Amino acid sequence: MKDKILLAHGSGGKLAHELVEKSFVKAFSNPFLAKLDDSAVIDISGRLAFTTDSYVVSPIFFPGGDIGKLAVFGTVNDLAMSGAHPLYLSLSFIIEEGLPLDELNQIVNSVQKAAQEAGVEIVTGDTKVVNRGSADRLFINTAGVGIIPDGVDISGSNARPGDKVLLSGTIGDHGIAVLSQREGLRFSTKLESDCAPLNSLVAEMLNASPNIHCLRDPTRGGLATSLNELAKQSKVSIRIEEEKIPVREEVLAACEMLGFDPLYVANEGKLVAIVPPEDADKVLGAMRGSHYGKSAAIIGEVRAEHPGRVAMKTCLGASRIVDMLVGDLLPRIC
Amino acid sequence: MCLAIPALIKVIEDKEAEAEIGGITRRISLWLTPEAKVGDYVLVHTGYAINILDEEEAAETLSLLEEIAGLAEEEG
Amino acid sequence: MKFVSEFRRSELAEGLISQIHRKSRTPARFMEFCGGHTVTIFRYGIRQVLPRTLDMVSGPGCPICVTANADLDKAIALSQIPEVIIATFGDMLKVPGSRSSLQEVKADGADVHTVYSTMDALRMAEENPTKSVVFLGIGFETTAPTIAASILQAEEKGIGNYYVLSMHKLCPPVLRAILDSGEVKLHGLICPGHVSAIIGSYPWEFIARDYGIPCVVSGFEPLDILQCVDMLVDQIENGESRVEIAYRRGVHPEGNQQALKLMEQVFEPCPTQWRGIGEVPDSGLKLRKKYQHFDAELAFDIDPGPAYEPVGCICGDILRGVKTPADCQLFGKACTPEHPVGPCMVSSEGSCSAYYLYGGGFEG
Ligand code: SF4
Repeated sequence: MKDKILLAHGSGGKLAHELVEKSFVKAFSNPFLAKLDDSAVIDISGRLAFTTDSYVVSPIFFPGGDIGKLAVFGTVNDLAMSGAHPLYLSLSFIIEEGLPLDELNQIVNSVQKAAQEAGVEIVTGDTKVVNRGSADRLFINTAGVGIIPDGVDISGSNARPGDKVLLSGTIGDHGIAVLSQREGLRFSTKLESDCAPLNSLVAEMLNASPNIHCLRDPTRGGLATSLNELAKQSKVSIRIEEEKIPVREEVLAACEMLGFDPLYVANEGKLVAIVPPEDADKVLGAMRGSHYGKSAAIIGEVRAEHPGRVAMKTCLGASRIVDMLVGDLLPRIC
Repeated sequence: MCLAIPALIKVIEDKEAEAEIGGITRRISLWLTPEAKVGDYVLVHTGYAINILDEEEAAETLSLLEEIAGLAEEEG
Repeated sequence: MKFVSEFRRSELAEGLISQIHRKSRTPARFMEFCGGHTVTIFRYGIRQVLPRTLDMVSGPGCPICVTANADLDKAIALSQIPEVIIATFGDMLKVPGSRSSLQEVKADGADVHTVYSTMDALRMAEENPTKSVVFLGIGFETTAPTIAASILQAEEKGIGNYYVLSMHKLCPPVLRAILDSGEVKLHGLICPGHVSAIIGSYPWEFIARDYGIPCVVSGFEPLDILQCVDMLVDQIENGESRVEIAYRRGVHPEGNQQALKLMEQVFEPCPTQWRGIGEVPDSGLKLRKKYQHFDAELAFDIDPGPAYEPVGCICGDILRGVKTPADCQLFGKACTPEHPVGPCMVSSEGSCSAYYLYGGGFEG
């Protein structure tokens, strides 16, 4: 039974070494990892951005990606959202015994491809194998570091009244692509997860204007939740316009079917930027010229009154409050 | 209450159908609308077609609303 | 999306809105019976664009909100039986019963699965022959025929481990009960579009005839609701009370005969408890004798214990259209979507949740 992950693969013994060398080191070939020391030793200078995240997506393969690609891009994006150039990542795999070795290798390869695309290196890692039922096939925990260029000051508390709110593209693609695979809901769609590295987009935006106030990637909880976080952190209100927010037809349809609001559906390759009004057009231009920002749009603006509140102008010209996501998105019939 | 959405019937197999809803497909049941044909739009509630949508009525409603909108503009 | 996007066009909405403003003179209060309408009204901010002459109240048309705690407790008691898998629409998961919710018992290990359709629940029963799949049958006339169809399918395929806990509710009888109580003064009724897709528009005639209240069946897009309001205003200004349909693409006056036939074949009317309204004769559905072997309540021996209502919650008054969420002392304080006290705050189409999430009276 060599084609499956066994508890012994996590034991630290021979099998474990074989796995690390044959699967991981080979795929992520770089001098730091090849040393197989207990920690990666790196020279870095400048302002450091440091982040960590865990990935437990189910199913681990979904249209447009898999858990490995998601882990790399997710970590890269967390770094990019503070304006940093992402450099090095750590990856730790928690594997449920019985996971087919090919699937693991497939994910490792996809991690490698993703790291290459994002221009980062996987410099350290770990593997643990747990009993059947103790994990759902595979969990990945990551950490990442990057360097923040001088003069860049991006934080969720920097939004000012008058600033413009920019969105890099369509919302809800990832959440709906993953949901389409979920047992008990099954519907099919050509829609793929938008899972993508946003660091080059951010670099181009910063090139256009170093004065970007806030950046956030609306992952779980969707656009609505990110905007609420920003409004609360910056003690301002945000007003967006429903008709300006790009949504794909498939996402809209799935949302209509399941009773969701696309504003709350997860994204993995989109960002919201809050930018001083005089720089908004420049930044928008830079976004539209970048691969992952082609359908970027200005979707609203920051205001002073009612701090902490997000409101949306509906297609009828009326306005309504947009709250954070509460609990899980559950499909509803009514 | 009772979320229902329009879906286009693509293929019928026995009492079930493959239906398209704005670019996504899902199997739906035709138990409640046995007369539905391929090419019909049906209202789908919890996976069941509960009615066949009347395209003519929809067009008529829309042209009425267009007329109202036009009228309102002239007067405004 | 065809049949959806056209009915959200803002230019057409503007025309309707100004027409309503032009025509409406007489102050009037409309009830939207259906929670789906409540959601559309709040989601698009429809109250804000209507003239001051018109006032809207929400009705009891949210199947989750009107489910009595005693029924929820039965569902929770069923989930405690080791070989039972509960299959439910997602709406039910968070609703607090007397002591617990399905979400909580799930966290404690009960086998509770969310499905989109009874088709999925039936498949689950086929795939788990050693278990018993209990489907929580909630919903109005729109949903009941789909449950009836699932029972007939189970019968046809010989699936012996599929059961239904029937908590279905019927709309016209409860409206009669509300109108008879005389607690709320209504001048117009926005009738539920998808219930009417099944039962047609005739079952609403008694409201126009016996109570003199104009009735218009509406769809769920913003233009549908505006058109419905426009038609109600017309009737009021002309001193009429009739049943009309503003959702002609989806509703025929005679309804869906096949669906009614299946529902009739499997279920018979029975008295049932509505939260806040009490027992209403012939407003529930129970399985006919021939299909009783699918009845979860008969198949399993459960003791749900006595039911309690949450203290201080006025969901009942809100469901009857007598009060609004703003009248509740707990609203937005002890009771929020994160920590709901009553079902009206849980269900996404409950009035309290709609008020809270979409900012009830907020003029931005
Ligand atoms: S706000 Fe909460 S407690 Fe008050 S009526 Fe609504 S659900 Fe009940």
